[in-house]
Amino acid sequence: MPKLFNDDIAKQIETILEQLDKPVTLMLFTKSGSCPTCAETRQMLEEISALSQKINIVLKDLEQDSDLAKQYAITLSPSFVMLDAEGTYRGVKFNGIPAGHEINSFISALLEMSGLMPKFHPSVLKRIQKIDKPVNIKVFVTLSCPHCPGAVQSAHRLAMLNEHIDGEMIEAQTFNALSNQYKVSGVPKIVINDAHELVGNQPIEAFLDAIESL
Amino acid sequence: MFELNLNTVDRPTAFDTDTLWDLLVVGGGPAGLNAALYARRKGLQVAVIAKDFGGQLHNTTDVDNVIGHTLVSGKALADKFLEHVRTLEVPMLHDAMVHALTRQRDGFMIELADGRTLHSKTVLIATGSRPRKLNIEGEVTYANKGVSYCTTCDAPFFKGKHVLVAGGGNSAAEAVIDLSHYARHITVVHRSQWRADQVLLDKLATLRNLTVHLETALLAVHGKDVMTGATVLDKATHTTRQLTADGLFIEIGTLPISEWVKDLVHRNERGEVVVDENQATSIPGLYAAGDVTNQPFKQIIIATAEGAKAALAITQYLNHKTKENPHAQTI
Ligand SMILES: Cc1cc2nc3c(=O)[nH]c(=O)nc-3n(C[C@H](O)[C@H](O)[C@H](O)COP(=O)(O)OP(=O)(O)OC[C@H]3O[C@@H](n4cnc5c(N)ncnc54)[C@H](O)[C@@H]3O)c2cc1C
Repeated sequence: MPKLFNDDIAKQIETILEQLDKPVTLMLFTKSGSCPTCAETRQMLEEISALSQKINIVLKDLEQDSDLAKQYAITLSPSFVMLDAEGTYRGVKFNGIPAGHEINSFISALLEMSGLMPKFHPSVLKRIQKIDKPVNIKVFVTLSCPHCPGAVQSAHRLAMLNEHIDGEMIEAQTFNALSNQYKVSGVPKIVINDAHELVGNQPIEAFLDAIESL
Repeated sequence: MFELNLNTVDRPTAFDTDTLWDLLVVGGGPAGLNAALYARRKGLQVAVIAKDFGGQLHNTTDVDNVIGHTLVSGKALADKFLEHVRTLEVPMLHDAMVHALTRQRDGFMIELADGRTLHSKTVLIATGSRPRKLNIEGEVTYANKGVSYCTTCDAPFFKGKHVLVAGGGNSAAEAVIDLSHYARHITVVHRSQWRADQVLLDKLATLRNLTVHLETALLAVHGKDVMTGATVLDKATHTTRQLTADGLFIEIGTLPISEWVKDLVHRNERGEVVVDENQATSIPGLYAAGDVTNQPFKQIIIATAEGAKAALAITQYLNHKTKENPHAQTI
């Protein structure tokens, strides 16, 4: 297959990835047989990991490694989780290929998982740390949506900052049936604990308002 | 296939919060970036603070009215602007939300959402605009359940469906063209006459799956779980009727992002910051440029021009000030 990243983009990404602090592992689950975008996602992760020594990839099969998939609550393929330097899962998951605009939430998560978390207002941090019940944040996206990466980024930041929270990007067109089930007709669509919905890219405070009201 | 946006992925760089800047530009769209370019070349100590760099260019698929570029993507243009400003080593603080602006003895204090404060002798308001809402019944209820403000984001969900487009300007016409690749049928509903460029109208004339209702107002959006239709008013006959539709794309222009300065500057009834021919606001040392101002034509080339004008006027303002008071103390 020809390369997904052209030389220009590869070089730009390589420069950005020079900032990576600690190593990060990407564990990708694919499936043999019919699996739209599995091959592309695998190739994309392989090309990314070739651009930095600090990115490792581990390839798994949704069926053969079902125990592991269960551990990370993975039901879709392709789907991958991002693990920190200790191999800990901190709630950062991508369902579907993070191409198009989603390359931005992906690279941002890599940097943040490696230890480069941005500064938050102390009052916001306090609210994040206070959350003590399990929270799942689904962010449905399309790859042509310029403000979706911001929503994915917020969900993943919350996940990294609090062990009770996990955040997942869901590429709506690959997972058409799931999107229909959640009646997605506009993105980003943010669904918290399968109950609460937020419309559009919202500031992190709006996520917190919704989580606190659960 | 990859829309790398350097400002989302770049980490915040060290940014000096102790400096008293000559000019702090708030906003990283065409207006703010061009102002920074001009100000830096004039030798001002200038920095840019923005939530993201590129502004609305990131929502724009194709731009073909910036002279010198026959057809360019909004994103490519944003990258070029940013690269150009970067060559002049203008400090840029991104992912930074400005919360408040206050006047101080030496100029202004800017407060960021993360609690940091910055100080500057002058400030340029270049926070642009966001999509305007119709403010009709059902619009909020069915937002993301049929009602959308972003064609590039949501068009794929309307494959084989009937969608309405509200608006009659360039962005409405472009939305129709984008949607025509997915939707079974598109109906434009607009309260007055077309304002879109003739080249776009010519393109619309070639579409077979388009119906246009001009002089027609949208009154309400209906549905159950999701949107199923809308009520419209034919202004000529004063009759209302129901249209069945799965979606409504609202492209009726934009609203200025000016709430953060509402207590400080004079704004008009639309919330736009009122400026004079030098882009000066009602407060000395405070300027505005781009979509946020009361200048009626919201376009890239005009926003950039306003940014340039503001930077030149600010340079003059600062020169006059030092002449008047050469021993002025800085903080
Ligand atoms: C879909 C669409 C298509 C368009 N197509 C064209 C076209 O083909 N040709 C054309 O000429 N024009 C087009 N336009 C209009 C053009 O994009 C705008 O006129 C132009 O972007 C205005 O530039 P600006 O710098 O004033 O504001 P914006 O581009 O809106 O930038 C505002 C900046 O301010 C930042 N900001 C806002 N609030 C804050 C805050 N509180 N703190 C920190 N930062 C903040 C934002 O992050 C952003 O960086 C289009 C617009 C849209 C929406």
